[in-house]
Amino acid sequence: MATGSIDPELAARLKEIGMEPGGTVKIEEIGEVVDAILSTMQGDLTAVDVKLYEELEGLQRFIVEAKTDIAALRPDEVKEEFLPKAADELDAIVEATAEATNAIMDAVSEIEDVMGKLKGKNAEQLMNATTKIYEACGFQDITGQRITKVVGALQHIEEKVDALLNAFGDEISKYKAANPKKEAPVEAQTPTDQDLLHGPQLKEKAMSQDDIDALLSSFD
Amino acid sequence: MAVDLNMNVLIVDDYQTMLRILRNLLRQLNFKNIDEASDGSEALKKLRAKPFGLIISDWNMEPMTGIQLLREVRADEKLKHIPFVMITAESKSENVIAAKEAGVSNYIVKPFNAETLKGKLISVLGDF
Repeated sequence: MATGSIDPELAARLKEIGMEPGGTVKIEEIGEVVDAILSTMQGDLTAVDVKLYEELEGLQRFIVEAKTDIAALRPDEVKEEFLPKAADELDAIVEATAEATNAIMDAVSEIEDVMGKLKGKNAEQLMNATTKIYEACGFQDITGQRITKVVGALQHIEEKVDALLNAFGDEISKYKAANPKKEAPVEAQTPTDQDLLHGPQLKEKAMSQDDIDALLSSFD
Repeated sequence: MAVDLNMNVLIVDDYQTMLRILRNLLRQLNFKNIDEASDGSEALKKLRAKPFGLIISDWNMEPMTGIQLLREVRADEKLKHIPFVMITAESKSENVIAAKEAGVSNYIVKPFNAETLKGKLISVLGDF
Protein backbone atom coordinates (compact mmCIF):
# COMPACT_ATOMS: atom_id res chain seq x y z
CA MET A 1 0.00 0.00 0.00
CA ALA A 2 2.92 2.34 -0.57
CA THR A 3 0.82 4.35 -2.92
CA GLY A 4 -2.50 3.97 -4.62
CA SER A 5 -5.88 2.90 -3.20
CA ILE A 6 -6.61 1.42 0.20
CA ASP A 7 -6.69 -2.36 0.62
CA PRO A 8 -10.30 -3.47 -0.13
CA GLU A 9 -10.47 -5.76 2.91
CA LEU A 10 -9.27 -2.95 5.17
CA ALA A 11 -11.69 -0.51 3.55
CA ALA A 12 -14.57 -2.89 4.22
CA ARG A 13 -13.50 -3.30 7.85
CA LEU A 14 -13.24 0.48 8.32
CA LYS A 15 -16.73 0.88 6.86
CA GLU A 16 -18.03 -1.80 9.22
CA ILE A 17 -16.47 -0.10 12.26
CA GLY A 18 -17.87 3.26 11.14
CA MET A 19 -21.38 1.81 11.15
CA GLU A 20 -21.18 0.49 14.70
CA PRO A 21 -23.81 2.04 16.97
CA GLY A 22 -22.96 4.26 19.92
CA GLY A 23 -20.33 6.44 18.27
CA THR A 24 -17.44 4.68 20.03
CA VAL A 25 -14.87 2.24 18.71
CA LYS A 26 -13.38 -0.53 20.80
CA ILE A 27 -9.69 -0.10 21.50
CA GLU A 28 -9.08 -3.63 20.12
CA GLU A 29 -10.58 -2.52 16.81
CA ILE A 30 -8.26 0.48 16.58
CA GLY A 31 -5.31 -1.80 17.20
CA GLU A 32 -6.62 -4.21 14.57
CA VAL A 33 -6.89 -1.42 11.97
CA VAL A 34 -3.41 -0.12 12.76
CA ASP A 35 -2.07 -3.68 12.40
CA ALA A 36 -3.86 -4.05 9.07
CA ILE A 37 -2.47 -0.78 7.74
CA LEU A 38 1.05 -1.74 8.79
CA SER A 39 0.80 -5.18 7.21
CA THR A 40 -0.45 -3.80 3.90
CA MET A 41 2.39 -1.30 3.59
CA GLN A 42 4.65 -3.10 1.15
CA GLY A 43 6.67 -2.40 -1.95
CA ASP A 44 8.43 0.87 -2.69
CA LEU A 45 7.96 3.15 0.26
CA THR A 46 8.25 6.89 -0.11
CA ALA A 47 9.62 9.12 2.68
CA VAL A 48 6.06 10.04 3.56
CA ASP A 49 5.10 6.36 3.77
CA VAL A 50 8.04 5.67 6.06
CA LYS A 51 7.06 8.58 8.31
CA LEU A 52 3.48 7.31 8.37
CA TYR A 53 4.74 3.81 9.14
CA GLU A 54 6.74 5.11 12.10
CA GLU A 55 3.77 7.09 13.41
CA LEU A 56 1.51 4.06 13.12
CA GLU A 57 4.05 1.86 14.87
CA GLY A 58 4.20 4.43 17.67
CA LEU A 59 0.41 4.47 17.87
CA GLN A 60 0.34 0.68 17.98
CA ARG A 61 2.84 0.61 20.88
CA PHE A 62 0.83 3.29 22.69
CA ILE A 63 -2.40 1.31 22.32
CA VAL A 64 -0.79 -1.88 23.61
CA GLU A 65 0.65 -0.06 26.63
CA ALA A 66 -2.61 1.80 27.32
CA LYS A 67 -4.55 -1.48 27.18
CA THR A 68 -2.23 -3.08 29.69
CA ASP A 69 -2.23 -0.04 31.99
CA ILE A 70 -6.02 0.21 31.99
CA ALA A 71 -6.46 -3.52 32.53
CA ALA A 72 -4.04 -3.27 35.49
CA LEU A 73 -6.36 -0.71 37.10
CA ARG A 74 -8.90 -3.54 37.37
CA PRO A 75 -12.08 -1.56 36.60
CA ASP A 76 -13.95 -4.86 37.07
CA GLU A 77 -13.06 -4.72 40.77
CA VAL A 78 -14.29 -1.14 41.00
CA LYS A 79 -17.66 -2.20 39.57
CA GLU A 80 -18.06 -5.52 41.35
CA GLU A 81 -16.54 -4.75 44.73
CA PHE A 82 -15.93 -1.11 45.61
CA LEU A 83 -19.01 0.60 44.15
CA PRO A 84 -21.55 -1.83 45.70
CA LYS A 85 -19.71 -1.59 49.03
CA ALA A 86 -19.90 2.22 48.96
CA ALA A 87 -23.62 2.11 48.12
CA ASP A 88 -24.30 -0.35 50.98
CA GLU A 89 -22.46 1.88 53.46
CA LEU A 90 -24.48 4.91 52.35
CA ASP A 91 -27.75 2.99 52.71
CA ALA A 92 -26.67 1.96 56.20
CA ILE A 93 -26.06 5.61 57.13
CA VAL A 94 -29.57 6.60 56.05
CA GLU A 95 -31.09 3.66 57.92
CA ALA A 96 -29.12 4.30 61.12
CA THR A 97 -29.85 8.04 61.21
CA ALA A 98 -33.57 7.39 60.57
CA GLU A 99 -33.68 4.88 63.41
CA ALA A 100 -31.85 7.22 65.78
CA THR A 101 -34.05 10.16 64.85
CA ASN A 102 -37.22 8.19 65.45
CA ALA A 103 -35.90 6.97 68.79
CA ILE A 104 -35.16 10.57 69.80
CA MET A 105 -38.65 11.67 68.76
CA ASP A 106 -40.26 8.76 70.65
CA ALA A 107 -38.42 9.94 73.76
CA VAL A 108 -39.56 13.52 73.15
CA SER A 109 -43.17 12.33 72.87
CA GLU A 110 -42.83 10.80 76.34
CA ILE A 111 -41.43 14.08 77.66
CA GLU A 112 -44.40 15.88 76.08
CA ASP A 113 -46.79 13.54 77.90
CA VAL A 114 -45.20 14.59 81.20
CA MET A 115 -45.16 18.22 80.02
CA GLY A 116 -48.95 18.08 79.62
CA LYS A 117 -49.25 17.53 83.35
CA LEU A 118 -47.11 20.54 84.22
CA LYS A 119 -48.05 24.20 84.30
CA GLY A 120 -46.36 27.59 84.09
CA LYS A 121 -42.64 28.13 83.62
CA ASN A 122 -41.67 24.45 83.84
CA ALA A 123 -44.05 23.51 81.04
CA GLU A 124 -42.80 26.42 78.93
CA GLN A 125 -39.16 25.44 79.45
CA LEU A 126 -39.86 21.86 78.45
CA MET A 127 -41.83 23.02 75.41
CA ASN A 128 -38.89 25.17 74.24
CA ALA A 129 -36.48 22.28 74.72
CA THR A 130 -38.63 19.76 72.85
CA THR A 131 -39.15 22.23 70.00
CA LYS A 132 -35.38 22.57 69.66
CA ILE A 133 -35.04 18.78 69.57
CA TYR A 134 -37.64 18.52 66.77
CA GLU A 135 -35.84 21.24 64.82
CA ALA A 136 -32.51 19.48 65.21
CA CYS A 137 -34.00 16.17 64.04
CA GLY A 138 -34.42 17.77 60.63
CA PHE A 139 -30.77 16.86 60.00
CA GLN A 140 -31.89 13.38 58.99
CA ASP A 141 -33.90 14.71 56.08
CA ILE A 142 -31.03 16.88 54.86
CA THR A 143 -28.35 14.20 55.21
CA GLY A 144 -30.66 11.72 53.46
CA GLN A 145 -31.02 14.06 50.49
CA ARG A 146 -27.28 14.70 50.33
CA ILE A 147 -26.57 10.96 50.42
CA THR A 148 -29.08 10.42 47.61
CA LYS A 149 -27.01 12.85 45.53
CA VAL A 150 -23.83 10.90 46.29
CA VAL A 151 -25.57 7.65 45.29
CA GLY A 152 -26.49 9.33 41.98
CA ALA A 153 -22.82 10.24 41.45
CA LEU A 154 -21.82 6.63 42.17
CA GLN A 155 -24.34 5.40 39.59
CA HIS A 156 -22.77 7.76 37.05
CA ILE A 157 -19.31 6.37 37.84
CA GLU A 158 -20.69 2.84 37.47
CA GLU A 159 -21.97 3.66 33.97
CA LYS A 160 -18.53 4.98 32.99
CA VAL A 161 -16.82 1.91 34.43
CA ASP A 162 -19.29 -0.26 32.48
CA ALA A 163 -18.27 1.50 29.27
CA LEU A 164 -14.63 0.91 30.16
CA LEU A 165 -15.31 -2.78 30.82
CA ASN A 166 -17.09 -3.10 27.47
CA ALA A 167 -14.15 -1.53 25.67
CA PHE A 168 -11.44 -3.46 27.51
CA GLY A 169 -13.25 -6.62 28.59
CA ASP A 170 -10.94 -9.04 26.75
CA GLU A 171 -7.83 -7.24 27.89
CA ILE A 172 -8.98 -7.28 31.53
CA SER A 173 -9.73 -11.02 31.36
CA LYS A 174 -6.26 -11.63 29.96
CA TYR A 175 -4.72 -9.47 32.68
CA LYS A 176 -6.68 -11.30 35.41
CA ALA A 177 -5.57 -14.67 34.05
CA ALA A 178 -1.95 -13.54 33.88
CA ASN A 179 -2.02 -11.84 37.32
CA PRO A 180 -4.12 -13.96 39.68
CA LYS A 181 -4.64 -12.59 43.19
CA LYS A 182 -1.91 -13.99 45.41
CA GLU A 183 -2.97 -16.01 48.42
CA ALA A 184 -1.46 -14.57 51.56
CA PRO A 185 1.38 -16.75 52.76
CA VAL A 186 0.55 -18.82 55.84
CA GLU A 187 2.83 -16.80 58.13
CA ALA A 188 1.13 -13.54 57.04
CA GLN A 189 -2.41 -14.70 57.78
CA THR A 190 -2.41 -13.17 61.27
CA PRO A 191 -4.07 -9.81 60.64
CA THR A 192 -2.00 -6.70 61.15
CA ASP A 193 -3.28 -3.77 63.23
CA GLN A 194 -4.17 -2.06 59.95
CA ASP A 195 -6.14 -5.12 58.81
CA LEU A 196 -8.24 -4.82 61.97
CA LEU A 197 -9.48 -1.32 61.15
CA HIS A 198 -12.74 -2.27 59.43
CA GLY A 199 -14.99 0.46 60.80
CA PRO A 200 -18.62 -0.28 61.63
CA GLN A 201 -20.06 -3.41 60.01
CA LEU A 202 -23.21 -3.46 57.93
CA LYS A 203 -26.12 -4.78 59.98
CA GLU A 204 -26.57 -8.00 58.03
CA LYS A 205 -22.86 -8.76 58.13
CA ALA A 206 -22.18 -7.71 61.71
CA MET A 207 -21.83 -10.17 64.60
CA SER A 208 -24.47 -9.81 67.27
CA GLN A 209 -23.53 -9.46 70.94
CA ASP A 210 -24.71 -13.07 71.35
CA ASP A 211 -22.31 -14.18 68.59
CA ILE A 212 -19.47 -12.31 70.26
CA ASP A 213 -20.30 -13.75 73.68
CA ALA A 214 -20.38 -17.22 72.16
CA LEU A 215 -17.03 -16.65 70.46
CA LEU A 216 -15.48 -15.41 73.69
CA SER A 217 -16.89 -18.37 75.59
CA SER A 218 -15.33 -20.73 73.06
CA PHE A 219 -11.91 -19.70 74.41
CA ASP A 220 -12.79 -20.79 77.94
CA MET B 1 -60.05 37.34 61.39
CA ALA B 2 -58.57 34.77 63.74
CA VAL B 3 -56.92 31.73 62.30
CA ASP B 4 -59.03 28.61 62.70
CA LEU B 5 -56.66 26.21 64.43
CA ASN B 6 -59.19 23.42 63.85
CA MET B 7 -58.86 23.64 60.08
CA ASN B 8 -57.39 20.67 58.21
CA VAL B 9 -53.68 21.08 57.46
CA LEU B 10 -52.02 18.81 54.90
CA ILE B 11 -48.28 18.15 55.25
CA VAL B 12 -46.56 16.50 52.29
CA ASP B 13 -43.08 14.94 52.43
CA ASP B 14 -41.53 11.65 51.36
CA TYR B 15 -39.41 11.49 54.53
CA GLN B 16 -41.39 10.01 57.40
CA THR B 17 -39.06 11.74 59.84
CA MET B 18 -39.83 15.16 58.37
CA LEU B 19 -43.58 14.45 58.46
CA ARG B 20 -43.22 13.59 62.11
CA ILE B 21 -41.19 16.73 62.85
CA LEU B 22 -43.71 18.94 61.05
CA ARG B 23 -46.66 17.27 62.75
CA ASN B 24 -45.10 17.82 66.18
CA LEU B 25 -44.13 21.42 65.50
CA LEU B 26 -47.63 22.21 64.16
CA ARG B 27 -49.13 20.52 67.18
CA GLN B 28 -47.00 22.74 69.40
CA LEU B 29 -48.41 25.71 67.47
CA ASN B 30 -51.88 24.40 68.46
CA PHE B 31 -53.02 23.12 65.06
CA LYS B 32 -55.40 20.28 65.85
CA ASN B 33 -56.12 18.50 62.56
CA ILE B 34 -53.04 17.49 60.65
CA ASP B 35 -53.10 15.05 57.76
CA GLU B 36 -50.12 13.60 55.86
CA ALA B 37 -49.20 12.57 52.31
CA SER B 38 -45.92 11.20 50.99
CA ASP B 39 -46.00 12.78 47.53
CA GLY B 40 -47.98 15.15 45.35
CA SER B 41 -50.36 12.57 43.88
CA GLU B 42 -51.38 11.23 47.29
CA ALA B 43 -51.79 14.84 48.46
CA LEU B 44 -54.10 15.65 45.54
CA LYS B 45 -56.34 12.69 46.38
CA LYS B 46 -56.63 13.88 49.97
CA LEU B 47 -57.20 17.49 48.93
CA ARG B 48 -60.10 16.39 46.70
CA ALA B 49 -61.64 14.25 49.43
CA LYS B 50 -62.14 16.90 52.13
CA PRO B 51 -61.59 20.64 52.70
CA PHE B 52 -58.13 21.85 53.77
CA GLY B 53 -57.10 25.27 55.03
CA LEU B 54 -53.33 24.94 54.52
CA ILE B 55 -50.84 22.87 52.53
CA ILE B 56 -47.21 22.54 53.63
CA SER B 57 -45.19 20.60 51.08
CA ASP B 58 -41.67 19.42 50.34
CA TRP B 59 -40.39 19.91 46.79
CA ASN B 60 -38.32 16.84 46.00
CA MET B 61 -40.67 13.83 45.97
CA GLU B 62 -41.64 11.07 43.57
CA PRO B 63 -43.69 10.46 41.53
CA MET B 64 -45.28 13.92 41.85
CA THR B 65 -43.02 16.71 43.10
CA GLY B 66 -44.02 19.65 45.25
CA ILE B 67 -43.91 22.12 42.38
CA GLN B 68 -46.16 19.86 40.29
CA LEU B 69 -48.56 19.61 43.21
CA LEU B 70 -48.53 23.40 43.54
CA ARG B 71 -49.36 23.81 39.83
CA GLU B 72 -52.15 21.23 40.08
CA VAL B 73 -53.61 22.98 43.11
CA ARG B 74 -53.47 26.41 41.52
CA ALA B 75 -55.10 25.06 38.34
CA ASP B 76 -57.99 23.52 40.25
CA GLU B 77 -60.94 25.85 40.82
CA LYS B 78 -61.86 24.17 44.08
CA LEU B 79 -58.34 24.08 45.53
CA LYS B 80 -56.61 27.17 44.18
CA HIS B 81 -57.47 29.38 47.16
CA ILE B 82 -55.63 27.13 49.67
CA PRO B 83 -52.43 28.71 51.06
CA PHE B 84 -49.43 26.66 49.96
CA VAL B 85 -46.12 26.79 51.84
CA MET B 86 -43.12 25.04 50.32
CA ILE B 87 -40.58 23.65 52.80
CA THR B 88 -37.55 22.36 50.94
CA ALA B 89 -33.78 21.98 50.80
CA GLU B 90 -33.92 23.38 47.24
CA SER B 91 -32.53 26.83 47.90
CA LYS B 92 -31.44 28.04 44.46
CA SER B 93 -33.00 31.31 43.34
CA GLU B 94 -34.36 29.56 40.23
CA ASN B 95 -36.37 27.26 42.50
CA VAL B 96 -37.78 30.13 44.52
CA ILE B 97 -38.67 32.01 41.32
CA ALA B 98 -40.35 28.93 39.80
CA ALA B 99 -42.35 28.39 42.98
CA LYS B 100 -43.38 32.05 43.11
CA GLU B 101 -44.45 31.94 39.47
CA ALA B 102 -46.49 28.82 40.20
CA GLY B 103 -48.28 30.64 43.00
CA VAL B 104 -46.55 29.58 46.22
CA SER B 105 -47.72 31.47 49.31
CA ASN B 106 -44.41 31.24 51.13
CA TYR B 107 -41.13 29.35 50.96
CA ILE B 108 -39.08 27.89 53.81
CA VAL B 109 -35.59 26.46 53.33
CA LYS B 110 -34.54 23.36 55.26
CA PRO B 111 -33.15 23.13 57.84
CA PHE B 112 -35.64 25.47 59.45
CA ASN B 113 -36.66 26.24 63.00
CA ALA B 114 -40.03 26.53 64.72
CA GLU B 115 -39.79 30.30 64.84
CA THR B 116 -39.33 30.54 61.07
CA LEU B 117 -42.23 28.13 60.53
CA LYS B 118 -44.49 30.16 62.82
CA GLY B 119 -43.43 33.47 61.22
CA LYS B 120 -44.15 32.21 57.70
CA LEU B 121 -47.49 30.72 58.72
CA ILE B 122 -48.50 34.03 60.33
CA SER B 123 -47.55 35.86 57.12
CA VAL B 124 -49.76 33.48 55.13
CA LEU B 125 -52.69 32.93 57.49
CA GLY B 126 -52.62 35.97 59.77
CA ASP B 127 -51.73 36.10 63.46
CA PHE B 128 -52.58 33.18 65.71
